[in-house]
Amino acid sequence: MELSWSEYPKFKRVPKRTAFSKNLVTAIILIATWISGVSCVQASDQPPETSFKELVDKMPSTKLKNLSKVVTDLEQESDPRLLPLFESLVEGKLYYVKSDKTVIMLNQELDDGKAFRATQVLDQTTIEHIAKSDIKKIRVNNKLRKQLRKAIAKLTLFSEDSNQRLAAVEKLMSDLNSENITLLKSAKESEQNNAVLEKMNLALNIALLDSNDKSIQKQAVKTLSGELHPSVRSRLNVILEQDANGEYLEDDKQLIALAESALVKIDGKLEFYGFIERVFFGLSLGSVLLLAAIGLSITFGVMGVINMAHGELLMLGAYTTYVIQTLMPNHIGLSIIIAIPAAFVVCGLVGIAIERGIIQFLKGRPLETLLATFGLSLILQQAVRSIFSPLNRQVSTPEWMSGALQINPGLALTYNRLYIIIFSLIVFAVLLLVMKKTALGLYVRAVSQNRDMAKAVGIRSDWVDAMTFGLGSGIAGVAGVALSQLTNVGPNLGQAYIIDSFMVVVFGGVGNLWGTLVGAFSLGVVNKFLEPVTGAVLAQILVLVFIVLFIQKRPRGLFPQKGRSAE
Amino acid sequence: MKLKKLMTATAATVSIALSAAVSAAETIKVGVLHSLSGTMAISETTLKDTVLMMIDEQNKKGGLLGKQLEAVVVDPASNWPLFAEKTRELLTKDKVDVIFGCWTSVSRKSVLPVIEELNGLLFYPVQYEGEESSKNVFYTGAAPNQQAIPAVDYLMEEIGVERWVLAGTDYVYPRTTNKILEAYLKAKGVDEKDIMINYTPFGHSDWQGIVSDIKKFGNEGKQTAVVSTVNGDANVPFYKELGNQGISAEDIPVVAFSVGEEELSGLDTAPLVGHLAAWNYFQSVEADVNEDFIAQWKKFAGKDRVTNDPMEATYIGFNMWTAAVEKAGTTDVDTVEQAMIGITSPNLTGGTAVMNKNHHLSKPVLIGEIQEDGQFEVVWETDGVVPGDAWSDYLPGSKDIVADWVEPIKCGNFNAKTAKCSGQNF
Repeated sequence: MELSWSEYPKFKRVPKRTAFSKNLVTAIILIATWISGVSCVQASDQPPETSFKELVDKMPSTKLKNLSKVVTDLEQESDPRLLPLFESLVEGKLYYVKSDKTVIMLNQELDDGKAFRATQVLDQTTIEHIAKSDIKKIRVNNKLRKQLRKAIAKLTLFSEDSNQRLAAVEKLMSDLNSENITLLKSAKESEQNNAVLEKMNLALNIALLDSNDKSIQKQAVKTLSGELHPSVRSRLNVILEQDANGEYLEDDKQLIALAESALVKIDGKLEFYGFIERVFFGLSLGSVLLLAAIGLSITFGVMGVINMAHGELLMLGAYTTYVIQTLMPNHIGLSIIIAIPAAFVVCGLVGIAIERGIIQFLKGRPLETLLATFGLSLILQQAVRSIFSPLNRQVSTPEWMSGALQINPGLALTYNRLYIIIFSLIVFAVLLLVMKKTALGLYVRAVSQNRDMAKAVGIRSDWVDAMTFGLGSGIAGVAGVALSQLTNVGPNLGQAYIIDSFMVVVFGGVGNLWGTLVGAFSLGVVNKFLEPVTGAVLAQILVLVFIVLFIQKRPRGLFPQKGRSAE
Repeated sequence: MKLKKLMTATAATVSIALSAAVSAAETIKVGVLHSLSGTMAISETTLKDTVLMMIDEQNKKGGLLGKQLEAVVVDPASNWPLFAEKTRELLTKDKVDVIFGCWTSVSRKSVLPVIEELNGLLFYPVQYEGEESSKNVFYTGAAPNQQAIPAVDYLMEEIGVERWVLAGTDYVYPRTTNKILEAYLKAKGVDEKDIMINYTPFGHSDWQGIVSDIKKFGNEGKQTAVVSTVNGDANVPFYKELGNQGISAEDIPVVAFSVGEEELSGLDTAPLVGHLAAWNYFQSVEADVNEDFIAQWKKFAGKDRVTNDPMEATYIGFNMWTAAVEKAGTTDVDTVEQAMIGITSPNLTGGTAVMNKNHHLSKPVLIGEIQEDGQFEVVWETDGVVPGDAWSDYLPGSKDIVADWVEPIKCGNFNAKTAKCSGQNF
């Protein structure tokens, strides 16, 4: 729907910006003159320069609670330096030099964060190198950040970058006062980009919901019916507000009916997207379970070794990521990629060592294996505690893994989860290929089905055992890389996943990779659908109870292994 | 051969003499009962170091009552029943005169019966849920009215919050605190449907569903805030998920009661900036005594280390204990316990802490915003000190109950209405 300006409800017109700021500038100059004789000389020479300079110079000595006033005054300035200044302030990159109180914006970290390259706010000159100890930050709080973001939105509404304009409109939408509506209207006239234009129309339509004219209100409700933006919903709720007796505050019946049907439509859509979101959450939890369990489905499922140290192999993978990241602190994204093969090799070698050193001597004695590997898990935990620290280690998330893919206002998929779902499927596919298409896979299957017969046809079963265990452990290491992006990297990381891993493998059917896949994803989805109903604690318990009951009914899991080896 | 025999004999004599000398110069033993391994090690190890530093400092000043202090450090390994066993060991085998220890409420609850049976003395330095006052325990951390209630007041009055998410880890401290907060909010006229309560297990890492629910809850048009009693390292993935789902502190602020400088020092603070924490102390508070303490700590533990609120509580507790022992002239538990009441000690924010009759402190309450460097910027503080209230005024069962360890009441849960002590010790 399009409305011309004359049809808009009566908003008070704001005085022209330029005139307003000119007045303010004069006022500030007067004050400045009164305060200091020195600045008075400069003030008379270059009036606009002074007030901006005055205000910026004031920043280092202003207390946090008075800084808001300075920012308000700055907002009236139409200075090109304002936007970078505000942006640095909101990002916490605005500092001042301790010795002469020059306000600077940090551009780049040098010498591992001990020094910076910076730009002076006032004369925009670059300082190539300034030590961290020579500067002090200008601090901001939430209130100020909110104010700054709105100010930035106003300043970027006419920016060259369409994404910035889009963000600006989004920000202004939360504060649709008459001044912002005027701004949006004037910006709309010159807007070329469709996405931005759409958002502007949405914002202006939302503004119309507050109109005094019922017919305009109704028209706006009709237009906005089915719009998922949260502010539409909250505004409609305002129209439908009831008093203590359950009577509507609004007396136009037709408007109420319209608003109600619009709300129903929105809620229906939200519910649908909410469902999709739940499924996504379930798949994401499933992918984590799959990653944690898939290595185990090789060592436990195929080889039949109960490896209680499996969780610690995940942990070692996560610590490998940490080590790689510490070695290359400036390439966080790349370090994650490199960590994948590195973790595979590290954990694979540890796995081979475990197999050669412990497990091969305990063949066919599950109880001893269980105890030995449990002891090993404690040793590995303590080793990590001694080498690194008992405290958690910080693994950074690369830029491309943070944030969310916004499909619409009702549905957003977080990138880190999305990547990990894809990653888990890739790992699964590769493992499946290895098992089905390579010589190693063939040997592994042969040995696991009939060890003696395999030996008889000339397969070195010892070598195959070591390689299989190495492969399973290596996969666990790769999973650890993914986990380092989701959870805390600490000595206890493995313990949180060991039970889940066994659960998935047993549920899916021992020795069946597909079973592990289906088991992991179905447990993930079930858990996430239970969570909002029962709470996270009970959901976990219920899933466990479910598995216990399921195993009673089908002891071999979802996809039991067929053939002689199953006996 | 003869020479060798002679030497052995000499050595034996010397060692006997030495051990006699050691027992002659008797020491005052201080038990340190903090987890050095397991989930809570991240927080508790620091407190062990703090106690060791304070003991070191006291010994340099000439000890206490002319005797040197000796630390007996044990590791209860974040294992709650083990806390009780270690307490028994400290009191019966090592015969310590005082214990500084515990972090989680479960661990304190497990220590309580032992410390009361053997009449020991415990200084508990962490904010907790209240509803307790034992003769044998001094609570130097915050009670709910010294942390949770002021934080809610701040959100309500300064930020204008109308909808509340109470999120916590599933154990006794968050459950009781949330019960108190729920009653308090309802008393303030907040509607039932504007309160959402959520519990998660220890070490929870999959926050996506819960954060998405919080987001939906906050999208109803009213200003929403999260009051978080999430404990330990589960906070890191929680804040990460908030950041990933695009919830900033400006939209939905999270005020946490268990996140301090120490917890922030190990993580990427970018998604946390602007979120809040309520404590009685922040490292960033400008006071001379605080600067000295920070310098002393950095010298003792390393220049990258930070200080936090439970450390301040340990600091106050230790100083009060030494003052009380000096005042009483003995380390006898009953005498020291009575001497403790009314003792004052400087706190690190520049004021003075007082030990009240209910074994709780009077302290100021501060609200801070997380900054990029992992420090807090104080945005609000109470006018004066707030006396710790052992029994909350907002819970129906505990409204009439007071704790008073001075004659004639001498009771941890005295019912003011019926004028009776329930007789139960904790």
